[in-house]
Amino acid sequence: MAVADLEQRLDPQGEPTGDPPSLDEDELLRIYRAMAATRRVDERCMKLQRQGRIGFYGASTGEEAAAVGSAAALDEEDWVFPALRQGGVMLYRGWSLEKWFHHLFGNEEAAEKGRSMPCHFSDRDVNQVSWSSCMATQLPHAVGMAYAADYQGDDTVAAAYLGDGATSEGDFHTAMNFAGVWDAPVVFICNNNHWAISVPSEKQTASETFAQKAEAYGFEGHRVDGNDVLAMYEATREAVEKARRGEGPTMIEAVTYRIRGHSTSDDPSRYRDEEEVEDWRRKDPLHRYQKYLVMQDVAAPDDFEAIHEEIEAEIEEALAAAEEGSPPDLESTVEDVYDEVPPHLADQMAALKNQLEE
Amino acid sequence: MPEMTLVDSVNDALHTAMDEDDRVVVMGEDVGVNGGVFRATEGLHDSYGEERVIDTPLAEAGIVGTALGMAMYGLRPVPEIQFMDFIYPGFDQIVNEIAKLRYRSGDQYEAPMVIRTPYGGGIRGGHYHSQSSEAYFTHTPGLKIVVPSTPQDTKGLLLSAIEDPDPVMFLEPKRVYRAVSDDVPEGHYTEPIGEARLAREGEDVTLIAYGAMHHVAMEAAERAADEGVSCEVVDLRTLVPFDRETLEESVTKTGRAVIVQEAPRTAGFAAELSAFLHEECILHMIAPVQRVTGLDTPFPYTLEEEYLPTPTRVLDAIDETLTY
Ligand SMILES: Cc1ncc(C[n+]2csc(CCOP(=O)(O)OP(=O)(O)O)c2C)c(N)n1
Ligand SMILES: [Mg+2]
Repeated sequence: MAVADLEQRLDPQGEPTGDPPSLDEDELLRIYRAMAATRRVDERCMKLQRQGRIGFYGASTGEEAAAVGSAAALDEEDWVFPALRQGGVMLYRGWSLEKWFHHLFGNEEAAEKGRSMPCHFSDRDVNQVSWSSCMATQLPHAVGMAYAADYQGDDTVAAAYLGDGATSEGDFHTAMNFAGVWDAPVVFICNNNHWAISVPSEKQTASETFAQKAEAYGFEGHRVDGNDVLAMYEATREAVEKARRGEGPTMIEAVTYRIRGHSTSDDPSRYRDEEEVEDWRRKDPLHRYQKYLVMQDVAAPDDFEAIHEEIEAEIEEALAAAEEGSPPDLESTVEDVYDEVPPHLADQMAALKNQLEE
Repeated sequence: MPEMTLVDSVNDALHTAMDEDDRVVVMGEDVGVNGGVFRATEGLHDSYGEERVIDTPLAEAGIVGTALGMAMYGLRPVPEIQFMDFIYPGFDQIVNEIAKLRYRSGDQYEAPMVIRTPYGGGIRGGHYHSQSSEAYFTHTPGLKIVVPSTPQDTKGLLLSAIEDPDPVMFLEPKRVYRAVSDDVPEGHYTEPIGEARLAREGEDVTLIAYGAMHHVAMEAAERAADEGVSCEVVDLRTLVPFDRETLEESVTKTGRAVIVQEAPRTAGFAAELSAFLHEECILHMIAPVQRVTGLDTPFPYTLEEEYLPTPTRVLDAIDETLTY
């Protein structure tokens, strides 16, 4: 079987190929800004982790186009079910950096109240559902949510993100099957970044592509250059429009690369060649997009510097604010397990407080 | 005897088992080339090759389910689940298939395999890298559940588990993977499954714990001694089947017991132990059994130290039994 062509809008030099994008200049710049912010926030957070100020971080360096390009194709009321590397989706959707850092510090001010490990970004304000760490579990939820939206006559679409590794879990296949059978308005966006921690994607699947899995479930799969933000945007836009028209799910395989280690706990030199990483560094999604923006006269080279400085300033400000945050109240530990704190939990907390006060 | 950390002892046991018996295969996520995310399988891929040290697709049901097929056909698989928190996609395979195979086939087939998994909190892992969910499995007939607390026991128990004809879940206290070390015998060496270890003799109260909490119990015993209270400490080592004799003997002697578990309180394994002690030793008991446990909440992130049992909380419980 022939491998499906890689869908592209920009060649590696940033030259447009095919139709021009359906985006105006403001939108093009908003996309750039979110990508650049993702890159810089990641860099800052890696540093914070090395300094011991946060416990863990999983960067999405190299995968900014896959996140932001797809996010730009969603409406505000669409729901996002993220995986580990969708911070860029949050940033595109206007999530505040202050909340980002509150979350990383485990502060009570965080949307999740300091209960989750770093990089579990979520906020109802931007319709981004909490991710659980457990691979692929979010995918059936996205399908159910999409079904419910359809049932209630809303034209909300679910964007369900996952990694290449997550396609091996049963929940992925279950979700794909339900989505196909129900014609649910959901778009599966799979970042094939070639690695699941130390396991290369060839060891996850014997399929030629991840996109072709969709075919078996009765809907279209597209293999898209995940480092080409415009291709990601267009492919997602088409899939979202199709879902909104009631024509069912689509899967998008974003072919990209995890430039850094899996997380700050990982040492990729144990299992992969630096050469492979270098090859992919040359396909940097930000550089490619910058070239395009300059060629199209949307931005001058100096404009990027100004944008980056603005972002850096915002990061420092947000970080400073989050550093003033506080840890959650002891009592909050037993809250939100249920709608109301049941008597046995209230007793456990009372006993614990007694002991800690002694 | 070389001194080793607990995770090195796991590694040493796996090397020993694979060296001795080519039916032993190791499988799981990142266990091969990378040597495991905690380095428990370090060096195995180099020594025994990818046919025996398998980097599997990311699917726990697949890992334990295919391991069962291998076990049926005569291999001795040792699947790793990267974190106990991620075992649930394989839960159906473990509970309905692996645990019940011998029984439901009328002993025609068996499932000799060891599911290794790091468990427990104290590493800033939040809800999904900290769980201590042994109770789901202790409640499942057909599984043996082993939880070592020291490097020496780790090797001996893991080798016993691999030799055992029944499926064993081997829960590794990751919080102390590198925090404890002791002398571990070289080469083949086993410790019996089903026997507790009397880690400290005492007269006034018996502290019972397993895994990472054993070290909390030991520290509490040390501090209690400073206050003139003599604690006996039992390191349970095996949860199913647990060592009834040792517990009965100890509590008959001391008349008091404190059980420490980091899992949530309700229906945790401490409840089973407490019921047993009340059933068997009630006439010797001076005070009801005390439990020191995690809270009945998901595992928190920022407030994990508040959630987890501490020596101070154990001392309070000891005090409760002494002043009853
Ligand atoms: C059910 C489950 N099993 C194992 C893990 C441990 N784990 C965390 S991330 C990861 C690899 C994920 O790879 P992929 O889906 O490709 O996403 P990527 O990290 O590359 O973005 C693994 C095995 C987990 N989080 N959940
Ligand atoms: Mg991946």
